[in-house]
Amino acid sequence: MINRERLVRRMIDALDQDSVISAHEQLRTYECDGLTSYRVIPSLVVLPQSTEDVRAAVRICRQEDVPFVARGSGTGLSGGALPVEDGVLISLARMRRILEVDLPNQRVVVEPGVINLWVTQEVSPHGYYYAPDPSSQLVCSIGGNVAENSGGAHCLKYGFTSNHVIGLEVVLPDGEVVHLGGKALDTPGYDLVGAFVGSEGTLGIATKITLRIIRKPEVVRTLLAAFGSMAEAGAAVSGIIAAGILPAAVEMMDALSREAAEAAVHAGYPPDAGGLLIVELDGPAAEVEHQFGEVARICGENGCSELRLAADDEERVLMWKGRKAAFAAMGRVSPDYYVQDGVIPRTALPEVLSKIAALGAEHGLRVANVFHAGDGNLHPLVLYDGEVEGEAERAERLAGQILLACLEHGGSITGEHGVGFDKKRYMPDMFSATDLAVMQLLRCAFDPDHRCNPGKIFPTPRLCGEVPGPYRQHPLEKAGLAERM
Amino acid sequence: MAAHPASPSSAAGEERRERLSLDQLQRIVGVDHVRAARLEDAIDGVIPHWVAEPASIEEAGGLLALAREVDAAVAPRGAGTMLGVGNPPARLDLILSMTRMNRVLEHAAGDLVARLEAGVRLEDAHAVFRQAGQWLPLDPPQPGATVGGAIAANAFGPHRLRYGTMRDLLIGMTYILPDGTVARAGGKVVKNVAGYDLCKLFTGSLGTLGIIAEAIVRLHPLPAASRTVTLRRQGSDYETLAAAAHAILHSSLVPGTILFRLTPRAHLLIALFEGVEPGVLAQAGAAADLLRPYGDVSVEADGWDATSERTPDWTLEWVEAIVELTISAPPADLGLVAAEVASAVGKGAEWYATCYAGIGITRVSLSGDAAMLISIVRRLRERVAGRGATVVITQAPPVVKAAIDSWGVGGDALPLMRRVKERFDPAGILNPGRFVGGI
Repeated sequence: MINRERLVRRMIDALDQDSVISAHEQLRTYECDGLTSYRVIPSLVVLPQSTEDVRAAVRICRQEDVPFVARGSGTGLSGGALPVEDGVLISLARMRRILEVDLPNQRVVVEPGVINLWVTQEVSPHGYYYAPDPSSQLVCSIGGNVAENSGGAHCLKYGFTSNHVIGLEVVLPDGEVVHLGGKALDTPGYDLVGAFVGSEGTLGIATKITLRIIRKPEVVRTLLAAFGSMAEAGAAVSGIIAAGILPAAVEMMDALSREAAEAAVHAGYPPDAGGLLIVELDGPAAEVEHQFGEVARICGENGCSELRLAADDEERVLMWKGRKAAFAAMGRVSPDYYVQDGVIPRTALPEVLSKIAALGAEHGLRVANVFHAGDGNLHPLVLYDGEVEGEAERAERLAGQILLACLEHGGSITGEHGVGFDKKRYMPDMFSATDLAVMQLLRCAFDPDHRCNPGKIFPTPRLCGEVPGPYRQHPLEKAGLAERM
Repeated sequence: MAAHPASPSSAAGEERRERLSLDQLQRIVGVDHVRAARLEDAIDGVIPHWVAEPASIEEAGGLLALAREVDAAVAPRGAGTMLGVGNPPARLDLILSMTRMNRVLEHAAGDLVARLEAGVRLEDAHAVFRQAGQWLPLDPPQPGATVGGAIAANAFGPHRLRYGTMRDLLIGMTYILPDGTVARAGGKVVKNVAGYDLCKLFTGSLGTLGIIAEAIVRLHPLPAASRTVTLRRQGSDYETLAAAAHAILHSSLVPGTILFRLTPRAHLLIALFEGVEPGVLAQAGAAADLLRPYGDVSVEADGWDATSERTPDWTLEWVEAIVELTISAPPADLGLVAAEVASAVGKGAEWYATCYAGIGITRVSLSGDAAMLISIVRRLRERVAGRGATVVITQAPPVVKAAIDSWGVGGDALPLMRRVKERFDPAGILNPGRFVGGI
């Protein structure tokens, strides 16, 4: 049992009164992140304002042997910031300064609580932007992006967060502060920046992040293409890729998601389209014009019933509005929904879409499909009514079946939302026990006492005192006491 | 019976205990695929006892498990093109050559993904992918380099500016831990955040954490056309050269690469544009206009033919270098770094350098007297340290490596890196002593 009073006192002494939340009602604000189906009230919430504060908080947790969870904006969709019972929640929301803008080197150094879009806003007047653009970029934090290795619609061409983080200052779970990478590339030693990004807050807390910014493209061209069916839309995407074109973004929506989005934001999407494509090309003008012609031709060859070109920025924003509002818009057609984040090889798209439709029918639930067609990242939205007995459970089962279908086709259980708490039960379907045990060797190097965001990613924690080697059953597992969810 | 080579070099010249027996090795890979090491198998003057060539993951795993059992030190090797990187091995018993594991296992052209055994040579892979109009856009410093070696040494060439390195191209792998455990990380799809990114951890890890057996890589479409814009200047005003590069880098042009080729007397800036013909022509023209105020500019159509086997002369590094360095600095400091190189070398040695603009990395080749070269490297390190730059030796004779550490830096993350090494290779049998901080 933790000595909560002592913990609170020590935190207040080390940080200050205003940085510590201990009143029950206030703690409830932090009981979940964007995944609201799981809630755990933390023992305590602290809001550090500096690296020193974070360090002090982590050290106290270590001395009191208390687990801790870091949280950015709390917009994550896999429960990565779900607090741990009797643990401390460390919110980075107050560390929100852009520390340095270095245009000649194309680097921006930020604190973890800085909102994703602020980085682009800061450098945009000079002709630069920060490429990773998750749909939540108006509210999600860079620290959270680092934890999840966030992508976004434009990651097909421009990469993910890990391709844009060059350096990190990290507070390790024992309170040590280390500097990984820097402004220069290829810092001698292991690529711990690469290992840290996407580690879902289980290896430490990033307190300074050096980002890479890139030049804005000369032109951006966005088109909307309507097809009679998803199959035709998918074939068009394959055709575009086969023609050697790498669009900046390729998004696909099915009839159900299109209807919902239209009802919500009135983007003016073509009615009756069985499959809708949004294709965005960017780059030097002459290259984009040429590619644009090719894309239009390929869409036509694949049964495109209507092709629209955004004439200006306003029209472009409107085209995207519907797609970006798709999740939220589901509220129009269903009381509840469950969003999944599976990835499949692009060529498996037609098969997997059929499978999803079949599974939906089997479970008696509708599934709307919105996805990043360019990289095979699906976001099936399983629609259900929580008020109806058993429907929530059925929806979760269906979502799980969809993930397994993705794995059957050589894909992944998560393209951008992370494993977190939500998907750890599927990790053994994607990786062998040995794979997972070896992966955890990394965590043992960073967090041997398993105090940093425990209970995330891996269904079976590895005891770090173990002799490394071929997977051995955890003693609790052997005794039948541990859940292999 | 394989004869032993002349006694392998060791610090005090004493007899080295042979931990592995030929018999044990033959039982794993067969009699034809293990031999006594020769002088040319030496890594920085340290000759192992044996060289074994497994044909499969099982055989490679068996070799490692055996080595682990008898505490034999192992160095994985592909084509050996980047063996000069790192400090001399603290000890070495076995070279585990991956060259027989050289199959292209899968090329999913529709998905722009391929699965390769680690011993596949990059140019052989290129020949396969080219048939579908695709490529793995990695140009290693030396021909013959293998996929696994390119990952372990984080090899790169001019196309890094546009496509990155294996860090950006590797999406999954099968690897073998020093105790023989085989495991997988990543997957077959580009977009994948499930689990820790061990692919990135292994990239550049110089074979000290495990042996990469198979790699899954993402491919890119082969560009249809290309143009090279070259700026020629005399003298040594590298700051102006950097300004010229800056003009292109901070415009909306998207070069495939921008390189500086520097010698003490003259220098070149080469900008490459690849893609669809109309785009390439327009960009090359715009780049030429930007560069003209700085000197003589020419535009060539055959500077780089993306579809041909051969790359032009200027991408091949000079092979007669005695010492090769890689200097990594913030990208805007490239002109400064170049000037420091020229100044530190002075008249003490012959040199030339290639700078990768936008990346911030400079490769320097030096030829001259060993003692002079040692002092040049020391001087250079002192001069650039304050700018957050590092000077790493990527090739040097044993006499130079004995006097000066290849990596030159520590950093506060070194204890953490040691802990990572301890977890993956607790017995320390993979390339002991070669990595940063004596890892």
